[in-house]
Formats: sequence, structure tokens, C-alpha cells
Amino acid sequence: MTASEKKQLMVTACKVRMGVIEGTYGAKAGHPGGSLSAADLFTYLYFKEMKVDPKNPKWEERDRFVLSKGHTAPGLYAALANRGFFPVEDLPTLRHIGSYLQGHPNMNETPGVDMSTGSLGQGISAAAGMALAAKHKGMDCRVYALLGDGEIEEGQVWEAMMFAHHYKLDNLCVIIDNNGLQIDGRIDEVMSPYPIPEKLRAFGFEVAEIDGHDFDQIEAAFAKARQTKGVPFAIVMKTTKGKGVSYMENQVGWHGKAPNDEEYAIAMKELKAQLAELEAM
Amino acid sequence: MADVKKIATRESYGNALKELAAEHEDVIVFDADLAGATKTGTFKKAYPDRHFNCGIAEGNMMAVAAGASTMGLVPFASSFAMFAAGRAFEQVRNSIGYPHLNVKIGATHGGISVGEDGASHQCCEDYALMRSIPGMVVMSPADDVEAKAMVKAAYEHVGPVYMRFGRSAVPVFHDEANYTFEIGKGEVLQEGTDVAIIANGLMVAEAMEAGKVLKEAGISARVINMATVKPLDEELVLKAAQECGKIITCEEHSILGGLGEAVCGLVSEKCPVPVRRIGVNDEFGHSGPAAALLKQFGLCAEHIVEVAKDFCK
Repeated sequence: MTASEKKQLMVTACKVRMGVIEGTYGAKAGHPGGSLSAADLFTYLYFKEMKVDPKNPKWEERDRFVLSKGHTAPGLYAALANRGFFPVEDLPTLRHIGSYLQGHPNMNETPGVDMSTGSLGQGISAAAGMALAAKHKGMDCRVYALLGDGEIEEGQVWEAMMFAHHYKLDNLCVIIDNNGLQIDGRIDEVMSPYPIPEKLRAFGFEVAEIDGHDFDQIEAAFAKARQTKGVPFAIVMKTTKGKGVSYMENQVGWHGKAPNDEEYAIAMKELKAQLAELEAM
Repeated sequence: MADVKKIATRESYGNALKELAAEHEDVIVFDADLAGATKTGTFKKAYPDRHFNCGIAEGNMMAVAAGASTMGLVPFASSFAMFAAGRAFEQVRNSIGYPHLNVKIGATHGGISVGEDGASHQCCEDYALMRSIPGMVVMSPADDVEAKAMVKAAYEHVGPVYMRFGRSAVPVFHDEANYTFEIGKGEVLQEGTDVAIIANGLMVAEAMEAGKVLKEAGISARVINMATVKPLDEELVLKAAQECGKIITCEEHSILGGLGEAVCGLVSEKCPVPVRRIGVNDEFGHSGPAAALLKQFGLCAEHIVEVAKDFCK
């Protein structure tokens, strides 16, 4: 990608992070930590990688995205809103009664959401079903699924991995957000899923290991995914939970907590400063 | 019923899938290593490219089917009732029920007539589990003709459907040439005014037999086949309550949460009449030949007659 493209992605990712803060602050609840760790990934998917049409969210030939780690809906919503699926101004209605922005993604209420998720381990299966159906129907769309590193403790994830390899779903790209933290603490202390890439390779996946905050590495991984034939592809991305907001970074307490007034002000000040710096580049 | 043809409704399911697939290209089938038993193998033989074995992983299968349905296919996902409704309950609830996806669950080996395998495989809780999911259609056919028509109706219906089929052969009493099936509509098989017997699944044939015996004993029993547990045919149940004043429900399911409680719930609110529930009481089954188990658990015409006579004293 060109330097200006990369700069634009970084600017957009910063806006997505602001959307995460606006959403969780408006909701007085929600999951900022894992939304921020995946903000760059959401941005790359919706602004560079995926074939989507915000004016026609149900366009049949579109690529599909399943947020298997459904609790990070604030990140997905912020990306969809910035991409034009619905107004950015609606983000603070997150989790409110009557809002189309449910606590976890609802495909029947939110434009751009391809699958209802929230119960961990199920989204990856649904994505595999989509990829299988796309192949069966001879469609050339691709399917992407984002999983948490804690989520892969669910046994169903590995049932789905087996399925994806068995049916040679090379139109499926699984991304694992390895931010290292889950609700009860560090993933290696709660129930270690490590080593992750080795497990995926043993299940027949082609694997890329990247820094999930580096757009050059993200781009290279997705390019490799597209070139891979006959087996499914997985991207294991090292990330920082809470990335972009100083006091949230690497803090397990920010897994599922909303910023208060003061914290909101600090977060927005920091993100606005980052945005100004990027735009001045 | 010595010379009546007997067919297990799981056989009907496999045959109906094959017929349906001939007419509709969007029909695909998922199974979890039980294709021989669920009879989706019949479909697989005819349409190998449209049958996907998921291995022994029912939770994954249900969510895979959900994903496939979002791409415009109409998946039928099959396993034994115990695993389809039981093990995969939460996948059915969250990945199929909550998004109201167009997935059809074909669950075979429901109830204690599974027989020799014993309690671990005898699912008597599936109506209760599936009924509790908003928007889920829950049905169980009484014979081959109804089963095949039900599979086709499930395809035509847009939204999630749970169908329970049996392992054992049951008498075929419907006349295929003059038969139509509608989701949510019960069927009066014998008119009567003293008591209404509302049954489904293999209990329908038993209820019909009981109805004849009761008639000879001077009790006029209305026999109703209620294949759809949800949505319940409220009009037909309330009419029976008003005209008969007493209801007996018969199901190869726990008396908790199934057809019996659905009927009780309705009549207690809209037309209170006494109800007696025949089903599996709050207990597990055990190993044994299906016919002997059904008798032991009171899921037979003789027991229905006994209950009806006591009820109408």
C-alpha cells in the first residue's frame, strides 16, 4: 500500500477507536478492551480487504464477516458506521432500549452485520457454514471470522477448525486477536491456549503470525490468505488490549467496563491528539 | 392392525428429503456421523454433493447450518433428538433461534422407543427445550404419510423448525392420496363428546386404538392428532375443551414441558377443564425392547383406556 493509503487507514482506525469510546461511554457498559485491540483489523477489513456495499448491506456477492468474539461489537459498529452503513452519531445509543446497536451483534437489526453472535465459539462455525455454502453455490466471496484468544478455549472452535480443513475452505480466513487477556486474567494463567499457531497448523491451517497494529503486516497476511489454495487460512495477530487509550492498555479491568465522565474525557483527548498527529503527517 | 403397513418416521424423513431435493436445489443436509440411523443416508446416496457429514460435533453442525442458511440455502441438520435438541441446545438457541434463521432440524430417535440403548439416548425433553425458543416450530408426525408431508411443509415455512422422528416402525393410517398437512393444525381422527384425547407421534395410533375400545365401553372419546406442539392449534384444543369438558394428553415425552403442558397452559387460561397427562413421568428411561418399554411406561392404548375410564367415572 502507498504511504498515503496507510496514513488514511491509521486515521480511520483512530476514528474507529473514538467510536468505541463514544459507544461504551454512551452505553455506560460494553467491552472497550478487545474492541480497541481489534480496531486496526476492523478498519483494514472494512476499508481495504472486504468487498462490501454500505448502500446495499445485503448484497449477495459481498464478502462476509463474522465477529465470533461478539462482545467486541463496539469495535465492529464503529467500523461499520465510519464505512457508511449507519450514522456515526448513533454509536452512543449502544445497548440502549430501542437501539439497533445491541450489546452483541444482531444481524436482523444492524445494517452490515452478517451473523448474530455473542455466545463464544459459535461464530467460527457459522463462518465455516457460510464458506461451505459459498463454495457449494460457486460464489467467489470470501468469509472472515474474528476470534478472541480466550474464546479459543471453547471446544467448539476446534470442531469448526476440523470442519474448515476437512471441507478445504480456502475461502475462509480466521483471525485470532491475541491480546493475551480474558475476563479473569492473563490467558496463560486462566487456561492457556498456547501455542496457538502450532495448534492451528496441526489442524491443517496455513498460518500467518503478525503484529495486529501494523497495517503492512496485516496487508501481507491477507494477501497470503488470498493466495492460499486447498486449506483454510489463519492470522494470529499479537495485539495490545485497550490499544490507543493509555490507561486501558494491557489492563484486564478494561475488558468489560465503560469509561466514566473523567475517563471518557481523557480517552477522547488522547485519541484526538493521535488523530491530529496523524493528520499532520 | 395386523396387516397394516408399518414404517418408522425416520425412514419417511430420509425419503422425503430425497423427494424434496429433486424439486429444490437449495436443499442441503448436514449430519453428525449418524446418516445410517437418521436415514439422511437415503438422501446422501441420491445427492452425495449436497450431504455434508460434520462428524461427531453436533454443536458445530448447528452453527454451520445457521451460517449456510444465511447464504440462501435451506439446510436440514440431523442427529438423534438427544444431541440435536439436548447437546446442541445453546447453538440452536443462539445461532438458529435468536437470528430466526431458515434451518430445519430433523431429529430422529426421540423418546423411549429408542429402546435398548437406554436412558442416555432416550430424549424425552426435546419438545420442552425447543418450545422454549421464540419462533421455533416444533412438530412430530404420527405416521409415514404425515412425516413426509411435514418435511415438505417445513421446507416451505420460512424460519427455524424442529421435527422429531421415531426409531420404531409405526402403523401408516393416513391415506396419502387425500392428505394435506398444515403446520399448526391438529386433526380430529374420531369424533366424541365425553373426553378429548390429544396425542402426537407414535401415541396417535395408540390413542386411535383406545378411542375404539372406549366407544365399545360407552365412552365417546374425541381423538385428536396434534402433530404441531408449537404453535399449538389453540382453536381445536379450546373447542375440544368446551365440547368434551375433559382432556387427556398423550406423548412420548416427559409430562414436563411438552404437549401436555402446552395444552394445560392454554386451557387453564382460556377454558379451564380438567386435564390428565400421559407421558413419561419425571424419571429417566432404561434399556429394553421398545414395545415392552412403551407398555411399562404406560405409553399404550390400554393405559389410555384405563385413564379415560377413571376420568369419566
